[in-house]
Amino acid sequence: MIRTPLRPLARILLARQRGENPDAIERENLRLRHEAMRDRARVRAESRLLLLGVFFFLAFSAIGTRMGVMAASEPQEPRVASSGADIVAQRADIVDRNGRILATNLVTHSLYAQPHQMVDPKRAADRLVELFPDLNHETLVRQFTDPERRFVWVKRRLSPEQVQAVHDIGDPGLLFGPREMRLYPNGRLAAHILGGASFGREGVHSAEIIGVAGIERAYEDYLRDPANAGDPLYTSIDLTVQAAAREVLEGGMRLMNAKGATSILLDVHTGEVVSMVSLPDFDPNTRPQPLTAGDASDSPLFNRAVQGVYELGSTFKIFAAAQAIDEGLVGPATRIDTKGPMTWGRYRIRDFRNYGPELSVTDIMVKSSNIGTARLAMMIGGKRQQEFLRRLGFLDPLSVELTEAPGARPLLPRQWSDISTMTISYGHGLSASPLHLAAGYATMVNGGTLVRPTLLRQDKPQQGERVIKETTSAAIRDMLRQVVTRGTASFGDVPGYAVGGKTGTADKARPQGGYYKDRVIATFASVFPAHDPRYVLILTLDEPQETSGPEPRRTAGWTAVPVAAEMIRRTAPLLGLRPVIEPRAEDALTLVRN
Amino acid sequence: MTEMVYGAMPVRAGEPVIPRWWRTVDKWTLCCILLLLGMGLLLGLAASPPLATRNGLPHFYYVQRQAFFGGMAVLAMLFTSMMSPAQLRRIGVVGFILSFVSLALLPILGTDFGKGAVRWYSLGFASFQPSEFLKPFFVVLCAWLMAASFDLNGPPGKRISLAVTVVIVGFLALQPDFGQAALVLFGWGVMYFVAGAPMLLLAGIVGIVGLFGLFAYGNSEHFARRIDGFLSPEVDPRTQLGYATNAIQEGGFFGVGVGEGQVKWSLPDAHTDFIIAVAAEEYGLILVLAIILLYACITVRSLLRLMRERNPFIRLAGTGLACMFAVQAMINMGVAVRLLPAKGMTLPFVSYGGSSLIAAGIAVGMLLAFTRTRPQGEIGDILIRRGR
Repeated sequence: MIRTPLRPLARILLARQRGENPDAIERENLRLRHEAMRDRARVRAESRLLLLGVFFFLAFSAIGTRMGVMAASEPQEPRVASSGADIVAQRADIVDRNGRILATNLVTHSLYAQPHQMVDPKRAADRLVELFPDLNHETLVRQFTDPERRFVWVKRRLSPEQVQAVHDIGDPGLLFGPREMRLYPNGRLAAHILGGASFGREGVHSAEIIGVAGIERAYEDYLRDPANAGDPLYTSIDLTVQAAAREVLEGGMRLMNAKGATSILLDVHTGEVVSMVSLPDFDPNTRPQPLTAGDASDSPLFNRAVQGVYELGSTFKIFAAAQAIDEGLVGPATRIDTKGPMTWGRYRIRDFRNYGPELSVTDIMVKSSNIGTARLAMMIGGKRQQEFLRRLGFLDPLSVELTEAPGARPLLPRQWSDISTMTISYGHGLSASPLHLAAGYATMVNGGTLVRPTLLRQDKPQQGERVIKETTSAAIRDMLRQVVTRGTASFGDVPGYAVGGKTGTADKARPQGGYYKDRVIATFASVFPAHDPRYVLILTLDEPQETSGPEPRRTAGWTAVPVAAEMIRRTAPLLGLRPVIEPRAEDALTLVRN
Repeated sequence: MTEMVYGAMPVRAGEPVIPRWWRTVDKWTLCCILLLLGMGLLLGLAASPPLATRNGLPHFYYVQRQAFFGGMAVLAMLFTSMMSPAQLRRIGVVGFILSFVSLALLPILGTDFGKGAVRWYSLGFASFQPSEFLKPFFVVLCAWLMAASFDLNGPPGKRISLAVTVVIVGFLALQPDFGQAALVLFGWGVMYFVAGAPMLLLAGIVGIVGLFGLFAYGNSEHFARRIDGFLSPEVDPRTQLGYATNAIQEGGFFGVGVGEGQVKWSLPDAHTDFIIAVAAEEYGLILVLAIILLYACITVRSLLRLMRERNPFIRLAGTGLACMFAVQAMINMGVAVRLLPAKGMTLPFVSYGGSSLIAAGIAVGMLLAFTRTRPQGEIGDILIRRGR
């Protein structure tokens, strides 16, 4: 910047020549500059002041407009805002495979109080306690008369009659809010599958319903997703079959004096769980509290079919036979040494009865020989057995759509020794859930492809990886059928449905170690119809005792098998299976033309 | 004639004080201020009985006090508005020193009335809040300093005034009284803006304030809660804001009727910070719009009048006073309608409060004095410019 001098030399010299005071020139110059500067500042200030004026005018207009908008809006009932997202009260229904309702929502009312609006808090409390004896009178009076409180929850759910009764109290401080609740119209039916729901965050106008167990919890996100509003969750359950199965199982459990029971009906091709019952059960509408002491498996909340891992006994033998046949080590008719007792190191393996020196593989299954199965297992070897069971899914938790499933881990021997190989081959030393067993049997009989059980409705068969050959599967089906026709499961024959199956009776393990002498888990793993299997039914009774004979009988053949047979008799027609009328033997009558 | 020629009779330098005052003062603004004071009394009738009931005093005790202090405020306003700018400058500087000293002595001699912030001196019959008086005097001082910097070879007034501002803001933040601190800072900022702040600097300041806000949001729970409460669309009905919102909606266009309002019984600050909610409930949107119009009228008229002003000191001081007055009203009402985050601030002239009323009287008195019509040398302008 070029500085303009305050004392321009030319003018100063001129002034000196004329004899004038040169300081006047400087003062004049200063004054002019000052004025110019002030003018600049003033012009700038003018525009900025105008800007300020406009700003304030707009700000005041905005406030006035906002006031107008607020004054024009309807006053609402004060409501407690929940920070964050709004409560989504919509929860999708859960239905069975045919669209019959398993879980839905019902609008009820909640009751709350605004003490500052109450006319006579004391009287209101008196009347409320008369209506609802579970309320505490002292607490209510204290809450209603506390000047600090502006809001009190009184009851979460009211029936229409109760709403009317509270209306009749006539206190303006008692108010109602709509409240959706989860309703399970079928009560105990499918309780363990559905799990249950409870309230999450609560507002006056709605409350969040959250699943606490079962499929409600596992499909929480789907059920609450507003994008699927109206689309129910289709499960694989068939309500009619479930109802029949539960009825039969409950009767059977009582008849066999068992303390618990479970049944699983699985489609061998699609892996759909058509019915799954665990007894004792509960009503998901009023889900009981979990046990705080004692064994969790004694609680009605315990899902034996998925959470209960048991040594499933002789039902496992079929896997050893299948593997041995599939790997070409034996054929169904190969004869195996079954002389007992068999000693291996310091262990001795015995059969229930002595079945003679030799049996064919088929007969080992039919008679359920531990020794014969152990010999088959030794031919296979521990490593390959372990691999086979892993492919069948027995070594990992199930992937079924229940929150409880990942927690139910099969119990495996710490070291897979030779003796483990032998005991596991006949179902001891490895604990798995009945649903594991159902999946394993489905894989065995459906032609040999892997099945993963699911609780959601499927459209087409699962094309799982191949585990055993088609021919092996056919051989296994034949063996299973023979177990029923002439073996341990002879009570299991249901005319027309060609039931095949394998029994299993395992001594219950003591929690302290060792086994109980008089407590067993009796299991019947069945398939029907055996020539073209459609369904696998696993039925397990916990500590059954059949007392019609002179001494109590506990084996599966006497306990689980008759119950399973009755269940097949009841459910097979519901499943749409036609009984096959087997050709009657030729009798004396001959058709004569007339 | 002889007496005049020889100076035997005292010469009247100009016309008498009061006629000249009446001729030059902005009568519109004066009217608006008096109307506001009337509104304050009217709303006091509605809003303060609950407080009196709570404190066991006669029903209209606070209305009487408000009327008394209102009278004092009007006197103070008239008195200051008659002063000349030079007198105001002197009074302002002296007043600033006095109120600054009393502000600085607050931590030793002040009392907090159990509200957690030491802001008051208790005088027995009334309380005295130095920061209320500090504001107008501070504006005058800063305007003086900034105007001085307009002179060639003048002192660096803008920088000095900034230093003064920072010290005062520090003292106010210590109390703590962030509302007043922000107001003082705002006042200085507006004056600096009108005094010709470079645009780049202004943009930088806005950026820094934004960053500080983010920082405070991240680090201060108290601050974050307020902002969250402001940003969430739902208002918690148990807060003061919830009651205020409800009251405004209940009131509608014409109000629920005099004395019928409910919100004043629920709001602890119904007579001060949320008096607009009481107004909206009892008298409806009509009265609220009238109040807003009065404030807007005072502010915009004052600013427009100041546009013509050539004296930088008068221009700056007037701007600072008008803007502080406006922004205080704006914040108070903006909070009630949830346009701004919650911040306690009184509505000048309407809210109840002794010392704040008198201080506001002095402030608008000064504003009136600064906006009086006075010769601006336009003729001289024309003559001189034409002459060259």
